[in-house]
Amino acid sequence: MPLLRIEGVAKSFGNFRAVDKLSLDIRAGEFFALLGPSGCGKTTLLRMLAGFETPDEGRILLGGSDIAQVLPHERPVNMMFQNYALFPHLSVRDNIAFGLKRAGMARRDIAGRVAEMVALVKLEGMEKRKPDQLSGGQRQRVALARSLARRPQVLLLDEPLAALDKKLRESTQGELMELQRRLGMTFIIVTHDQEEAMTMAGRIGVMDAGRLVQVATPRNLYEAPASRWIAEFVGDINLFNGEVTSRENGRLTVATPDAGRLAVSELWPPVTRQVVAVAIRPEKVKLSRRAPATDGGASQAINRLEGVVTDVNYLGGVTSYRVKLETGAVVRASMANTARLDVDAYLAGQRVVAWFTADDCLVLEQ
Amino acid sequence: MARTVTRLTRFNMTSLALGLAFLYLPIVILVIYSFNASRLVTVWGGWSLRWYREFFNDRAMLDAAWMSLSVAAASATLATLLGTLAAVGLARGERFRGRALFSGMLYSPLVMPEVISGLSLLLLFVALNAERGFWTVTIAHTTLTMCFVTVVVQSRLSTLDRSLEEAAMDLGCDPVRAFLLVTLPLIVPAIVAGWMLAFTLSLDDVVIASFTTGPGSATLPIRIYSEVRLGVKPEINAICTLVIALIAVIIVIASFASKLSSARGESGAAL
Repeated sequence: MPLLRIEGVAKSFGNFRAVDKLSLDIRAGEFFALLGPSGCGKTTLLRMLAGFETPDEGRILLGGSDIAQVLPHERPVNMMFQNYALFPHLSVRDNIAFGLKRAGMARRDIAGRVAEMVALVKLEGMEKRKPDQLSGGQRQRVALARSLARRPQVLLLDEPLAALDKKLRESTQGELMELQRRLGMTFIIVTHDQEEAMTMAGRIGVMDAGRLVQVATPRNLYEAPASRWIAEFVGDINLFNGEVTSRENGRLTVATPDAGRLAVSELWPPVTRQVVAVAIRPEKVKLSRRAPATDGGASQAINRLEGVVTDVNYLGGVTSYRVKLETGAVVRASMANTARLDVDAYLAGQRVVAWFTADDCLVLEQ
Repeated sequence: MARTVTRLTRFNMTSLALGLAFLYLPIVILVIYSFNASRLVTVWGGWSLRWYREFFNDRAMLDAAWMSLSVAAASATLATLLGTLAAVGLARGERFRGRALFSGMLYSPLVMPEVISGLSLLLLFVALNAERGFWTVTIAHTTLTMCFVTVVVQSRLSTLDRSLEEAAMDLGCDPVRAFLLVTLPLIVPAIVAGWMLAFTLSLDDVVIASFTTGPGSATLPIRIYSEVRLGVKPEINAICTLVIALIAVIIVIASFASKLSSARGESGAAL
């Protein structure tokens, strides 16, 4: 039995179906991310877990008992709010102690727990400050300490890092993961930032239009997206629509109007449809001046696409290229800048061959 | 945020001076004449505190002042209580049926001519066979000023971040305790400002009070009004000056309170 089981939960606001018969299991001690574009229902789902919204249908089982109708203050679940929602009239200490006092904890124990939480989020010496005397990063820590203080069975985090700048966000991501591992607590985070979800979460649930479209580890989500929509939502991808023309020894040949015939390795489960899309991530597309020789025959079939470089974007760590094929289609390729002085960089207007192996391609059936 | 100080142009200075003069010249004249030693209102007879002494020896006037202050305090307190509850109901309650109608009706005293409210209240009290006096004026002023309190408190509540209450509930408060422990401390300045507004409005009012008061319980404005009809005594100037001073103090406090309230709100809402 998982710690948290969401069973056929649905919620509508007027005619808008925010969450549509969604089911999901979350294991104890897991760091789970709900990822999706804005308006996909991820925050509504989180608010139903916290108790701020009541599901129209379905059950939410926490440790085996249905909490769907339980009021927020009676749930062993705490939430960290996107805007932190710190009480402006209370000091850092009183903010952290707020939930403990409500739980009827003894005065001495509260002082001990608050000190422990303050140390945990490294805010020693700030206990007497009011929220408006803290920086954004410090407020975020107070909010975290406050939501952790009651030792909830599940901690819900609603876009917890959205208000921080990039550098602080990255270091805080690390700290959150470390904290979650140390406490062995179950974290459910809502985010629209796929990098954040991939960095922190063990599993990611992708939501679209109130439904969970895929639940997978970050690697599987990126390398084996379940649909075209997910492939395009998570990271960059080149897509070529086409038709399967032949199939032999786990290799498909797909005829595409944009990129000609492409060889693709077939994965499990086998492709059943005729009309498919071939997908290839930009970093798996290599560029070279001449077509590479076929090495070792059938095991490493290589797709070669000839074209002209139209755009070069130097981004520091990587350089991304757009290559226009003779058919007019564009292939994006990105290459790591592994050397400081790159004599092999391609220039706009240069003729190149974009190539990739059959194993690096994905076949997506819509 | 840096406050920029801009130098006023000559045109701005002139228009500002004229505008202020238009508003305050009569009051300034009244204040100056309240220190007039002469018995005649329009003739300057040198500085004196004579009329203030006179006022503090005028039993009837002092009774009226006391009546006014106690009606103002009682009705402001009642109005604040009811107005705050109405504001909370409107800003935080579920979207109940007839909510728009309720809020519209709540604000009707803002636009209703005072003569009409006064008359309708008088008819009500007569129908109820209530003895007119302190309580009838207090109730009438409560109905008049409650909507002002509601406006002030509701505008504060609407800028208050709702997630603060949710956070309180998340941390173990039932809705009532969330309100008492988080919302109420944050809207106290607005409630104080609302109370002071209600207090000054009640202190000001002549029309509704004269409809709803009974014999022997005239408020200060009614008393002044009836005295003035017999000719302006310089004593009236002294009383008015005192009332102006009291109201000025209250308004300054109220505006500080609402400024404090919005400053707190910003720190809660921003991030």
